[in-house]
Amino acid sequence: MAEFSVIGKPMPMTDARAKVTGLGKYTDDLVVPGMLVGKMLHSPYPHARIQRIDTTRAEALPGVKAVATGRDAPNPYGILPIGHDERVFQTDKVRYIGDNVAAVAATSAELAEQALALIEVEYEPLPAVFDPLAAMQVENPEHWIHSNKPRNIEKEYHHVFGDVARGFAEAEIVHAERFYAGEVTHAAMEPHATLAVWEPEERLTVYSSTQVPYYLQRTLSNVCEMPMSRIRVVKPLVGGGFGGKSEVIPLEVAAAVLAKKARRPVKITYTREEVFYAHRGRPISYIDLKVGITREGRITAVEARMVQDGGAYCGYGPVTVLYSGNLLHAIYDIPAARYDGYRVLTNKPACGAMRGHGTVNMRFAFECMLDVLAEMAGLDPAELRRRNLLRAPCVTANQLRVTSYGLPECIERVVERSGWAAKRGKLPFGRGIGMACSHYVSGAANPIIRSNLPHTTVYIKVDRDAGITVYTGASEIGQGSDTIQVQIVAEVLGVRPERIRLVAADTELTPVDLGSYSSRVTFMAGNACLEAARNLRTQLFEAAAKKLGCAPEALQAREERIFSRHDPQRALSFEEAVATALEAQGTLVAKGTYAPPEEARGGTFKGAGVGPSPAYSYSAQTAEVSVDPETGQLTVHRIVVAHDCGRALNPLTVEGQVEGSVYMGFGQAVQEEMLWRNGRLMNPSLLEYRIPTTLETPLIESILVESQDPEGPFGAKEAGEGSLAATLPAIASAVYDAVGVRIHSLPITPEKILAALQEKQRRAAPSQTGNSGGHSGGRP
Amino acid sequence: MEKILLQLRVNGETRQVAVPPNKLLLDVLREDLGLTGSKRGCDDSSCGCCAVLIDGTPMLSCVALAASYVGAEILTVEGLAPPGELHPVQEGFAVSGGAQCGYCTPGFLITTKALLDRNPHPTLEEIREALSSNLCRCTGYMQIYESVRLALERWAQAPRAAGARPSAAEGRD
Repeated sequence: MAEFSVIGKPMPMTDARAKVTGLGKYTDDLVVPGMLVGKMLHSPYPHARIQRIDTTRAEALPGVKAVATGRDAPNPYGILPIGHDERVFQTDKVRYIGDNVAAVAATSAELAEQALALIEVEYEPLPAVFDPLAAMQVENPEHWIHSNKPRNIEKEYHHVFGDVARGFAEAEIVHAERFYAGEVTHAAMEPHATLAVWEPEERLTVYSSTQVPYYLQRTLSNVCEMPMSRIRVVKPLVGGGFGGKSEVIPLEVAAAVLAKKARRPVKITYTREEVFYAHRGRPISYIDLKVGITREGRITAVEARMVQDGGAYCGYGPVTVLYSGNLLHAIYDIPAARYDGYRVLTNKPACGAMRGHGTVNMRFAFECMLDVLAEMAGLDPAELRRRNLLRAPCVTANQLRVTSYGLPECIERVVERSGWAAKRGKLPFGRGIGMACSHYVSGAANPIIRSNLPHTTVYIKVDRDAGITVYTGASEIGQGSDTIQVQIVAEVLGVRPERIRLVAADTELTPVDLGSYSSRVTFMAGNACLEAARNLRTQLFEAAAKKLGCAPEALQAREERIFSRHDPQRALSFEEAVATALEAQGTLVAKGTYAPPEEARGGTFKGAGVGPSPAYSYSAQTAEVSVDPETGQLTVHRIVVAHDCGRALNPLTVEGQVEGSVYMGFGQAVQEEMLWRNGRLMNPSLLEYRIPTTLETPLIESILVESQDPEGPFGAKEAGEGSLAATLPAIASAVYDAVGVRIHSLPITPEKILAALQEKQRRAAPSQTGNSGGHSGGRP
Repeated sequence: MEKILLQLRVNGETRQVAVPPNKLLLDVLREDLGLTGSKRGCDDSSCGCCAVLIDGTPMLSCVALAASYVGAEILTVEGLAPPGELHPVQEGFAVSGGAQCGYCTPGFLITTKALLDRNPHPTLEEIREALSSNLCRCTGYMQIYESVRLALERWAQAPRAAGARPSAAEGRD
């Protein structure tokens, strides 16, 4: 008999039918009687003092039921306990174009728009700063974006692990370079929406497109000054998140404040332009990187400096900049590293967490650097990586614990599948192949709000219908987490998945789960499901054992039966076992929790909290491209990706996650960039901020590597983020292989390629006798 | 703005709505007819989430005035198959991972149906070309191609079975 009945098999998502029939409900699809439409008033200035706000005329407009300003919601909030610098509506000054000043709720969208136009706001513009390097030089406290953040530095971290000076002294090849990454955003297809319903019992029910219902409940409690127990947050279907819904977004608070003020239901749905300005995406990053290796290619030391353009508020900022530094580690063996990270405030929308949070731009720089160093050392890029592998299980220089490590197999699998050996350096001019690797956490080992509480709890109920109901706080956002949890419970209880109903992400019904971010759900909620299902199975086995006259330990649950493993004929159907157990104790209830083990929680230095994870996923990729040397036009043809997900509980959804990650990495690599001019976004629409269509997106071949993590549920680790970061440097490496220029600035546009080709030609022109190394990059 | 009375043919039924003459078809479908399957993903007709078939041609309902389509056969995702059944295209997307978050899915289903109605044996390149009007942020499109392939297979297995080919053209005649 196969080892498993349900897990390891491709299973369509449990909500697939709701999605393909159009009957599934997203927040903006919800309508309740008496519902008002909410609209928000945004700042037209990037930095200005608010002199006066007068809402009298707006309030007088018939059909307007509430107008809210900062006076109605003075309490500050923010996703991090150290970053409570946001208010839903500003009262003293605005800090970016799009900052929030007021909101109205009216009986129609048209009336709400008219009312916004009637709100009078007087501004006194202040000098604004848009570049992080310039922002760090602002000396006048009057001009700082937040008065308590000197020179606009939100946070800085300085880490040294190992003997960096000795490492560089021992290095035989040292290379240093600056890298740049433009700003990108999530662009989930569903614009944010929130429906806040004021209940007659003076309670608030909030339906929202969120990845973090529990943090939303907390924040609303703070801002609305109501106990959490009187606020219910429900997450309907969510049309993609990618991090853009992983902290509280102003419309969520605005809708609640308006509903409370109007004592009516209020729905706010952002326009796509508002989504772009709400943002919280991946920041502009300046990276200075220096790496030393021995002649044999062993890394001896790393020095990295990161400056991130965080925008006007803290958000997840300190976490982003810490991920950039701490996840330099846990992929290769790095004996010594120095990291200086700066999160800087500018007068633009706040950046935040985006898929691959904090790791992507630094990984781009690091993998590009390996490509350069491989050439300098005369090594194949795959070989250089082989020479720097970790010996897992191990603990890194910065105290990250690595329990399972499929990277070596990932590298070999993509080398083989892509035809690497026959292609690298051997394709005709204009065509190239490149390689890179990446990794990511399977959930953060330390919660955002530090505590020893479990990160997630799941309970299971079985009653007389023998149906199994799983109550989980975990947030399905399209990644398939509901399905994975159903599969785990079905496997343990030996039942068909159809027997299970999952109730998820409703703070009134489901126990706390911290949310869908940092790729934590399969690992954490999955482990809680495993424990809950095992506890329930114990109850069933005890009752069945009495009936069958055998020891509970001898029983097995499989294919809707509970039977003795020594005598499979001695059996009860699942229904019979449930009925027997119910006689003894009534409704069956079981619980499971998950908290990362102490050993996984990392070191004690300042900033050690970010980066530790119970397990890391790994990815290796090759990209095959062609470049037109006349125009610089870059076409990515094929990406081969191998992702170590521990165990593929559902190969269908794991592949979907891996391919989606590659897709998003591809978009950032070649065409996505938020273009700013004096704090105004030049491309705030999907027409101008071009996420890739079917025509540009390369064919992606995914390979799943299963390293069997000792602590993952059935060995599983994360699958939804870890493959994103490798795509960018793999493409950069392929561009070099194709035409011999290195583009270390994202996105890799035709303009940049063409300029680099022209520069290369200009340099080559004076002396035709320059060295002509055998490497592909040097091909004429 | 004063409302006008419109008779619309939606999913094979005649529906009457009283709406302002400038109301968009997408908003009429969602707000007046309760057909929330069609989605709004952008402000500028660039995402394809709101695609519906109008006389068999995929159109963006977010830039169509409802009043312009009196007499036309409008097919939304809700009308692809009779209640309780799935059109082969829906089956393909449900089974092969074409729908992750699902927000773009109704638009993709509509565009795919239009493709298969006019070209029952599309090549991968023809599929990519046809679906380039719809954005998906989740899948990287690979499982969407796989979903279309499966839809073709299912369609071939059950040609013109109940609900398999409820094309707008047939509904009108």
